Amino acid sequence: MRASLNRIAERASEEGLLDVAYTTTDSPFGPLLLATTPAGLVRVGLPNQDADELLVDLSRRVSPRMLEAPAELDEARRQLDLYFDGKLDHFDLPLDWQLSEGFRLRVLHAIAAIPYGETRSYTEMATRAGNERAVRAAGTACGRNPIPLVVPCHRVLRSGGALGGYGGGLPMKQGLLQLEGVLGDPA
Amino acid sequence: MTDLPPFQLLIDEHAGDVMAVLRGAVGRVDADDCFQETFLSALRAYPRLGDTGNLRGWLITIAHRKAIDHHRAKGRRPVPVAEVEEAAVSDPEPAGDIWAAVGALPSKQRAAVTLRYASDLPHAEIAAALGCSPEAARRSLHEGIKRLRKELA
Repeated sequence: MRASLNRIAERASEEGLLDVAYTTTDSPFGPLLLATTPAGLVRVGLPNQDADELLVDLSRRVSPRMLEAPAELDEARRQLDLYFDGKLDHFDLPLDWQLSEGFRLRVLHAIAAIPYGETRSYTEMATRAGNERAVRAAGTACGRNPIPLVVPCHRVLRSGGALGGYGGGLPMKQGLLQLEGVLGDPA
Repeated sequence: MTDLPPFQLLIDEHAGDVMAVLRGAVGRVDADDCFQETFLSALRAYPRLGDTGNLRGWLITIAHRKAIDHHRAKGRRPVPVAEVEEAAVSDPEPAGDIWAAVGALPSKQRAAVTLRYASDLPHAEIAAALGCSPEAARRSLHEGIKRLRKELA
């Protein structure tokens, strides 16, 4: 039956019936959920987020035509593995931004441009998105980033250099910044 | 927007039942093709599905239509004996003989028996799946069972 199920995913993709393909992949921080549409990566679920809830949310907001189809996410998984190994400093993946709009989308675009190993403040992100006073809203945009890691919201800190928040939990944010050499390793 | 669960969940929950129905209805050899057709048809129709109250019944009904299409495509010939034997011989499951016998039943009876015993559907749903009255479904089931008893005695 496994072979039949794989074949269903392949045929669904060929026939344009696969609106959302997803899979899980391991990371040093725990399992990640990856979801893609034909347009590109649409959602990354972090280890502390409830994968089932996230899938139900995607079904409602994108399309219920969802299948577990790991092959559709091979390239995303490959790049993430390299990133966690410290061997990739720039993701080159098509992204589907449909889960964000307006000011939040502009904040996420600004975040996507922060280079590997550098950080910015929430205030800078608010300014880049066109409203320097909307610092709190910029923080919310980071918190609701549907494509974390690839859209590197972990590189956004408070103005004084404090970590701020992270959807995946602060230890993960810390770990990512250590990986990128921004923070020293814990003593 | 809709409140349909992710389609994968339907597969996770009901693939086993759908496969059991199809193995009963068309035999092991052809069940895989019908199984793919069933879920692809369901996936195609899924976003427009209004009533999500009985997703399992919906899938079983589609599976049944695919089995009927399959038999039509084969010119309503009965399942060739060689095929049934081959499936039964290579089948490690003890129920192989029974399903081979079920596969040899006339189509209405075969459908009624598999829907009742492989899918555990009540008579009303069997009737809905077969497009007949509950009484007719009950009769087909009864005759199917009678024949199986004789075959397997």
